[in-house]
Amino acid sequence: MARPMTITEKILARHSGAEEVAPGQFVNVKPDLVMANDITAPLAIDAFRATGAVKVFDPDKVALVPSHWAPPKDILSAELVYKMRHFAREQGIDGFYELGRGGIEHVILPEEGVVVPGDLVLGADSHTCTYGGVGAFSTGVGSTDLGCALATGETWLRVPESLRFEYNGKLKEYVTGKDLILFTIGQIGCDGARYQAMEFVGDTISSLPMYQRLTMCNMAIEAGGKSGIVPPDDITREYEDGRAKREPVYLESDGEAEYKERYVWDVSEMEPQVAYPFLPSNTKPISEAKGLEVDQVFIGSCTNARFEDLEVAAEIFKGRRVHERLRCIVLPGSDRVWRAAEKAGLLDVFVDSGCSVGPASCGPCLGGHLGVLCEGERCATTSNRNFRGRMGHRDSEAYLVNPFIAAATAVAGHLCRPDDLN
Amino acid sequence: MSGKAHIVGDHIDTDVIIPAGRLNDPRPEVLAKHCMENLEPNWVDRVSPGDVLVAGVNFGCGSSREHAPIAIKACGISAVIARNFARIFFRNSINIGLPIFECPEAVDATDDGDVISFDLSSGTITNETKNQSFQAEPFPEFMLNIVDAGGLVEYTKRKLQTQG
Ligand code: SF4
Repeated sequence: MARPMTITEKILARHSGAEEVAPGQFVNVKPDLVMANDITAPLAIDAFRATGAVKVFDPDKVALVPSHWAPPKDILSAELVYKMRHFAREQGIDGFYELGRGGIEHVILPEEGVVVPGDLVLGADSHTCTYGGVGAFSTGVGSTDLGCALATGETWLRVPESLRFEYNGKLKEYVTGKDLILFTIGQIGCDGARYQAMEFVGDTISSLPMYQRLTMCNMAIEAGGKSGIVPPDDITREYEDGRAKREPVYLESDGEAEYKERYVWDVSEMEPQVAYPFLPSNTKPISEAKGLEVDQVFIGSCTNARFEDLEVAAEIFKGRRVHERLRCIVLPGSDRVWRAAEKAGLLDVFVDSGCSVGPASCGPCLGGHLGVLCEGERCATTSNRNFRGRMGHRDSEAYLVNPFIAAATAVAGHLCRPDDLN
Repeated sequence: MSGKAHIVGDHIDTDVIIPAGRLNDPRPEVLAKHCMENLEPNWVDRVSPGDVLVAGVNFGCGSSREHAPIAIKACGISAVIARNFARIFFRNSINIGLPIFECPEAVDATDDGDVISFDLSSGTITNETKNQSFQAEPFPEFMLNIVDAGGLVEYTKRKLQTQG
């Protein structure tokens, strides 16, 4: 009998060829998928070539996604995407997702069924932890790590301690997975899960839809986490049905598994949360943030730009106008989401309300493109980071919110809840 | 190696170290010019080659951009000493050969401008100004092998060669 293990330990054991693993151990793992984007892939390609390797370990296990400068914003960024595209062609990598057939890496990979439950995914992007939403172990690394993994098909990992977060109670209206994770980061701090795996459980999570699970796991890194995971259940199975491109492996944590810390929260009275600049842990309930005027609202990013996120926002915009003092930018998370939103009439609602709808791109989330803030500007955003200068000038400010709050704020011109609009 | 200490605070994130808007040109010499500009414009003007960055907790949190340790190294910083590091930054630094030390005692004892020297293989940090020495958290052996090889690329290259 192997020692009782958490789901994270089980996935790491399976991918390192060991019967069991324990926290603190260093293991060599073989990932099911390695991924890089237009910021990290070009350096990873250089690292790959510098190792002397000629062929990637397995072209079918590589995903390359240009999402940050999509479409390229200048000659330099076009060169980065060009380099990726040519590398993909040279190596026979089909998983190159050009804009128009792509979007943000963390939205498209689970959506396309390329990442499935039980997988181990290595991604050269810190928000790779998103795929924990479907019950995969996924973690971010830098370009050199990724380039070497492209060459060898393996990497080293330290088995993380696991933290168990149990949420109980029915969420109130306008409260989402985004609020659960913001609240959690507010409680444990930006380094409260440093080097550790965050496991999300409890009856609140059992009824949390997949898009919100992906949102929660997406922000594990904002607590310093190595990974975030929701153990698969019926919602996972339903999501994977007809989508998974490989056979999913549905694992669960053993009852006796060890956790470094257990948190239990009743979230039935929780309000929507707002993270103030300049740390995602600077959270307040919306009732304490109400009235703060903003210059831009951004609805998008790998955190909150899935179809249902847009549906939520459109519901609020229906029959209303974006406030004259601000601009509101909506970027669907993938081209598939874009098309579905268009078919469902959501894009019409946004445009009718006075939003600007753009391509499936990271856009203003990282302050480089499509909605950069100048000195003194404030943005309410559904993205995940509000560090100094994140969305533009070092003296601009980002406030992290869920899509309900973002849309209501766009209409009111200041931070508020949807029911404040009436 | 020795140099002047430059003190920064807790949770210095990768957007502060090198803003995303600068990532379209990943040449080290270009990144170097913008290092820490979100902390203080022209911060790099104060750095002389060999200087040491001394930080609080969770240094390098945020994105996986390797451009962050690259920018630090390229602007002349020879090592980072922190209370602790964010995970990806830690890996990236080892991989590109930027010496880093987790040593809260050394951070506590250091004032801005103190002269610091260090020895990577033993993990010893010396504050020359105050005449005090500290022992940093040692690296696990296989990580030292990566550092000894000059970074992960060289390490992997050797591994691939021996595998033939
Ligand atoms: S949307 Fe933002 S956080 Fe997500 S991958 Fe893009 S830049 Fe990174």
